[in-house]
Amino acid sequence: MSVLVILEQRGGAWNRMSFEALAAGQRIASELGLPCQAAAVGPLAAELASKALAQVWQVEHEALAAYTADGYTAAFEALIRTVNPQVVFLPHTYQVRDFAPKLATRFGQTLASDVTRHRVENGELILVRQLFQGKMNADLRFTGGGIRFASIQAGAYRADAVADGAAPVETFRPEIPAGAIRTRPQEPFRESAEAVDLSAAERIVAVGRGIKEKDNLALVRELAVALGAELAASRPICDNGWLPMERQVGSSGQTVSPKLYVAVGVSGAIQHLVGMKSSKTIVAINKDPDAPIFEVADYGIVGDLFEVVPALTEEVRKAKQ
Amino acid sequence: MKILVAIKQVPARDSGLQIDGATGRIRESDLSFEINEPDAYALEAGLQLKEKHGGEVVAVSLGPARAAQTIREALAKGADRAIHIEQEDMWALDTLGAARLLAAAIRPEGPDLLLTGLQSDDLGAGQTGVVLAELLGLPHATIIMQVKVLAQDIRVKRELEDGWFQHVEMPLPAVLAVQSGISKLRYATLMGIKKAKTKQVRRLTAGELGGVPPRQAEMARVYPPERTKQTRLIEGDAKTAAAKLVEKLRFEARAL
Repeated sequence: MSVLVILEQRGGAWNRMSFEALAAGQRIASELGLPCQAAAVGPLAAELASKALAQVWQVEHEALAAYTADGYTAAFEALIRTVNPQVVFLPHTYQVRDFAPKLATRFGQTLASDVTRHRVENGELILVRQLFQGKMNADLRFTGGGIRFASIQAGAYRADAVADGAAPVETFRPEIPAGAIRTRPQEPFRESAEAVDLSAAERIVAVGRGIKEKDNLALVRELAVALGAELAASRPICDNGWLPMERQVGSSGQTVSPKLYVAVGVSGAIQHLVGMKSSKTIVAINKDPDAPIFEVADYGIVGDLFEVVPALTEEVRKAKQ
Repeated sequence: MKILVAIKQVPARDSGLQIDGATGRIRESDLSFEINEPDAYALEAGLQLKEKHGGEVVAVSLGPARAAQTIREALAKGADRAIHIEQEDMWALDTLGAARLLAAAIRPEGPDLLLTGLQSDDLGAGQTGVVLAELLGLPHATIIMQVKVLAQDIRVKRELEDGWFQHVEMPLPAVLAVQSGISKLRYATLMGIKKAKTKQVRRLTAGELGGVPPRQAEMARVYPPERTKQTRLIEGDAKTAAAKLVEKLRFEARAL
């Protein structure tokens, strides 16, 4: 019995969330008293030889050159049947969300997705995940027996906590029958070169659904100008076309950690929080005192942004005179 | 083209959530409910495909009796008929169990295309579409921005991370989990609302679909998150609070 962590690479580069999942896997394996193993598709897996792992699996097959849910599911199903681990961890990336539920289903299991924390109680693994966009937590217990599957939320564990060591690397060649891969993926592409690099901004003012209408953006723009900040937004604002997509912060946009992050009318769905929670100072202005944005904010004003923002712009201007 | 769309009813956005002391679950009595927003985009995508290529749109929903309201709204927006799997205790199901019931209801329909939202705003597992694809033995793709119907196949645009996209082609029938915000949502027209009353809603129970599947995972406890960071709430009217905040940002956080 072991813990198996499946890491993700794309085009020969690691997805950094892979190492957060690896850190989670190593720690939980040690708490459960189990050895930890890791696996990845392609030659990059060999780099894991320097980590504290009982075994590294380099999964090789020409059908895995481009990612497909069918191919990855077939390959990791074969690996898991060989390794027979007790728990399988994956990073909760877009790619994992595309195939891990299928993989777990193949074993008759429910994937515990987007896990934020864990604890071990009398040898039993309990995983914590968020409900209602972060407004509630749930403790998840596995009740069915068999292999457990879980994906780890971005930022939940620290990648720099991965323990170094020496691990044997073995190549695993799964059988993937011809015709198993039913989708034909094409080369990934970018829509437009990103004109704004929000990650370089010292200060960011981000606006969310609370702004209600496009015309109201002027209010927030004035605050950004007064602060010398870049304007950013949560997903719904960009979806509405009120601000261009390249100003989006969150799991499908940019990840930022400025000196100051002012969230205006942003409720703080998990997808947004993962993109900004490492900012040095976070200010939240929101009418809902229970909004999850207050989970990460250093300073909060519970109130009507249409009153607070103009007042704040005014005060910032005064302070800068 | 026969298009099935899986929709879920969830508590309205901005609902204040309380734990019911007796059940340890969310207290429902003071909540209002609405269609899960990502599913509204899946429905919209289905209706647009039907308008372009003909066929029918069938809404499928697993949920308590109250979900009938959300199903009616889907019919009013243009779905041709609906299937309601009535299940009062949704907490008795895990993701796989819910998908098994949905799959059992969907299988005899033999859809060309099955659409779901990317995730639910309540449980947020983000798995139903992918699990359904596996249970039904169909190819799938997630985070779909565009769907184009080709002669035999479909071509979809997927969103990847960090501003990357990808086109993927696959044969029909297939399952797609649709990204939110990809088109403007329509409102129900008065005529639509009137017509919805005459449209067929087939009611099924878990018992008729092979029974409630046993859980592989259960939510042992649901609770509000503990604050990991101490937020300093700044009180006062807008002007006072703004002045205090600037003071703190200047001299405490040194962020200005």
